[in-house]
Amino acid sequence: MNKLWKKLTGSQLVIPLFSLLLIIIFNLFRDIEFFSISIVTNNQGYPVLSGNLISILNGASAIAILSIGMTLITSCCKGQDISVAAMAAIAGSVFVRVLRSSGAITIPVVLVAYLYSCLVAVLFSLFNGILVAVFRIQPMIATLILFSAGRSIAYWINGGATPTISDPILASIGGFIPGIPIPTPIIIMIIFLVLISLVLRFTTLGLYTQVVGINEGTAHLNGINPVLVKLLAFIISGVCVATAGCITVCRIGLINHETLLLDAEMDVILAVAIGGTSLGGGKFNLFGSIIGAHIIQALTVTLYAMKVPSAAVKAYKAVIIIIIVVISSPFVKETVINIFRKAARKRIKNEIPVKAAS
Amino acid sequence: MKKDRNLSGGTSLNRGREPISNTNLLMAITVCTFFGMYGIAMAVWKGGFLNPQQFLDLFNNNAFLLIIACGLNMVMISGGIDISGGGITALVTMVCVVYLEDHGGTVLGSILIALGIGLAFGLVQGILVAYLDIQPFIVTLAGMFFARGMITIVSIAPRTASQEAFLKLKQTRITLPGIGYYGKTGNFIPAQIEPGVIVAIAIVIIVAIILKWTRFGRNLYAIGGNSQSALTLGINVRKTKFFAYLLAGLFSGISGYVYLLHTGAGDAANAAQAEMQAIASNIIGGTLLTGGVGNVIGTLFGMLSLKTITNIVIASGLTKPYYQSITTGLMLCFFILLQSVILAVRERRSAKSLIPEWMKFKRHEKCES
Repeated sequence: MNKLWKKLTGSQLVIPLFSLLLIIIFNLFRDIEFFSISIVTNNQGYPVLSGNLISILNGASAIAILSIGMTLITSCCKGQDISVAAMAAIAGSVFVRVLRSSGAITIPVVLVAYLYSCLVAVLFSLFNGILVAVFRIQPMIATLILFSAGRSIAYWINGGATPTISDPILASIGGFIPGIPIPTPIIIMIIFLVLISLVLRFTTLGLYTQVVGINEGTAHLNGINPVLVKLLAFIISGVCVATAGCITVCRIGLINHETLLLDAEMDVILAVAIGGTSLGGGKFNLFGSIIGAHIIQALTVTLYAMKVPSAAVKAYKAVIIIIIVVISSPFVKETVINIFRKAARKRIKNEIPVKAAS
Repeated sequence: MKKDRNLSGGTSLNRGREPISNTNLLMAITVCTFFGMYGIAMAVWKGGFLNPQQFLDLFNNNAFLLIIACGLNMVMISGGIDISGGGITALVTMVCVVYLEDHGGTVLGSILIALGIGLAFGLVQGILVAYLDIQPFIVTLAGMFFARGMITIVSIAPRTASQEAFLKLKQTRITLPGIGYYGKTGNFIPAQIEPGVIVAIAIVIIVAIILKWTRFGRNLYAIGGNSQSALTLGINVRKTKFFAYLLAGLFSGISGYVYLLHTGAGDAANAAQAEMQAIASNIIGGTLLTGGVGNVIGTLFGMLSLKTITNIVIASGLTKPYYQSITTGLMLCFFILLQSVILAVRERRSAKSLIPEWMKFKRHEKCES
C-alpha cells in the first residue's frame, strides 16, 4: 500500500488524471446526460458519432497537437513558445493560399499545400529556435516577436481577405471521412501522438531533450549538442503548428488571421503545465500534456453545457486552473505528504523511519 | 552608490575605474535610440513630429501602458513575469463605469474601487507566486483570464460613463505654459496633457526612487540576479517577491482608472494586448526577463520608442494596421538581438563568444554549468 502510494504520488500523471476524474465526477452528479453518445446522420448522409465526449475529443485535437511541440520546447529550453497560435495562423494562410491558387482541389493538391504550410511553419519556428538556442534569448521574449507580428504576416499572405474554402476533401479532413463515424481531427491527433511517441521511444531524442533541459552543461560534456537538440524541438513544434493550423482551417472552412486559434497559446501552455511538465524545463510528460489539453477542453465544454456565456468562460476557467495548480504546487504537496507520513509513523513506530523526501 | 551599482548587474571588480553597468548601458542605448529616432522623424517627416502636442499625445494616449509597465518592471527585475496588467485595467474600467452609472457612485468611491481591485489581484497573485511557489506565468495568466472573463459577467455591452463629476475630472486638461503650436488660422494653441499623465510620471519617479534608494528595491535586484545567494545573504525572498506582485497589481488598478479617464468607457476590448506591449516596452528599455537587470527610466523610453515607431510607420504612408505590428516585431527583434550580443560580449570579454558553439570547429574546453 505504502509502495503503491509512493509510486502514485511520484508519478507526473497524478495531477492531470485526478483533475480529469474530478471533472468527470462533477459532470456525473450534474447531469448524467452529459456522457450520452448518439449516432446521428450528418448532412452528407453518413452516420456519425455525436455527443459531448466526442466534441471534447474533437475540440481538444488542435490544442493537443500543439501541446506536443510545446512540451518538447518547454522541456529543453526552460521556457515557452507563445507564438504557436500566430504561427498556426500563418500556416493556415499558406495552406489556403496554395489551395486557392491551384484551381481544382484534389488529394495531392491538399498534400502539397500541407507540405508548403509545414515548410513555412518550420522556417518560422526555426527563426524562434535560432534566437533561443544560438543567441540564448529567453524563449518567451524571443517568441514575443512572432507573437506580435505573426498574425499580421498571416494577414499579408492572403492580402487582408478572409477567403472561404469549401470542398468535400477538406470537409472530410475537418469533419468526418465518409463511412468512418469518428471525427478525423481525433484520428489525426492519435496518429500524430503515436508517431511522436514512437520517435521518442526508439530514438534518444526524448532522453537528450530532458538532459538538455535539466543541465545544459552536463549534456554538453556528455557529447550532446544542446543547440541541435533545441533546434530539433522547434522543428517538431513547427510541424505540429502547421498540422493544427491546417486542421482548424479545414474545420471552419475559412481562414481568419485574427481569430484562428485565438488565445490557443495560453491554453497550450496551461495544458503542458497541468500535464505535469515543469515550466522550468527538465523532465517532460507527453501523455500528461495530451490529458491536460483534454482537461481544458472538457472544462470549456462543461461550462458551455452549464449555459455559461462564451465570453465569461474564461473567468471560470481561470478559477479552476488556479485550484488545479494550487493543489499541485510543491507547498501543498509537501503538506499533504507530511500529514500522510506522520500518520504512517504513528502506525509503525518500530519499523525503519521513512526516508526524508529529496 | 558603488554597492548599488554592483547589485544592479555591474560586472566590475575594479573599484577605481568602474565600467558602466549592464543596466545603465542598456538604458543608454534605448534613450539614444529614442532621441535618434525622434530626431530623424522630425527632420524627415516634419509636420506632426514638430508639433509638441503630438509628442505629448504619446503620453496622453499611453499613460495607462506606462503605469502597467512600471509595475511589470519591478516584477521583471525580481525575475518574474506579470501578464495580468491589461486584463485588470479593462476590468477596472468596466467596474468603475457600472458603479458610477448604475449605483450612483462618487468619483472618490470609484477611485477606491479601482485601487481595491488592483490590490486584490496583486494580493492573490503575490501569495500564489511567492508563498506557494507556483510559476508566475501560470498565475498571472489565470489572473488575466479571470479579469477578462469577469468583465463580461459585470456587463456584456460596452458602457460609457456620463456622471457629471466624473466627466468634469475626465475633461480636465493641464496646460503647459510656453509650449504649444499654431493652428490653421494662425492662433496659438497651448499644449495640453491629461491628469493621467501626471499620475504616470509620478509613478515612474516613485518606482525609480524605490529601485534606486530603498532596501526593497535593492532586494529586488538581488533576488532577480540570484535568488539563492540572496536567500543566503538574509534577504526575505518570499516577502520581496510578494510585494513586487502586490505593487504590480496596485499599479494595474491605477492604470485602469487612468484608462477610464482617457476614454470614459468600459469595454471588454479595452487595453487589448497591453500586457504584451508592456513587456515589449520593458525589453526595449533594457530590462531582462531573467531578472536582476533593468531600470524604470529605460522602460519609459522603451514605451516612447515603441509608440514613436508606430507613428513613424503611419507618417510614412503605411497606414494598414499590419505594418505597425510587423515593425513592432522587427524593432523588438533588433533590441533583443542587440542586448543578447552586448551581454555576451561583456560576459566573456571577447568577440569570439559571438560565434555560436556549433560553428567552431575545435574541441570545446569550457562549458557552462
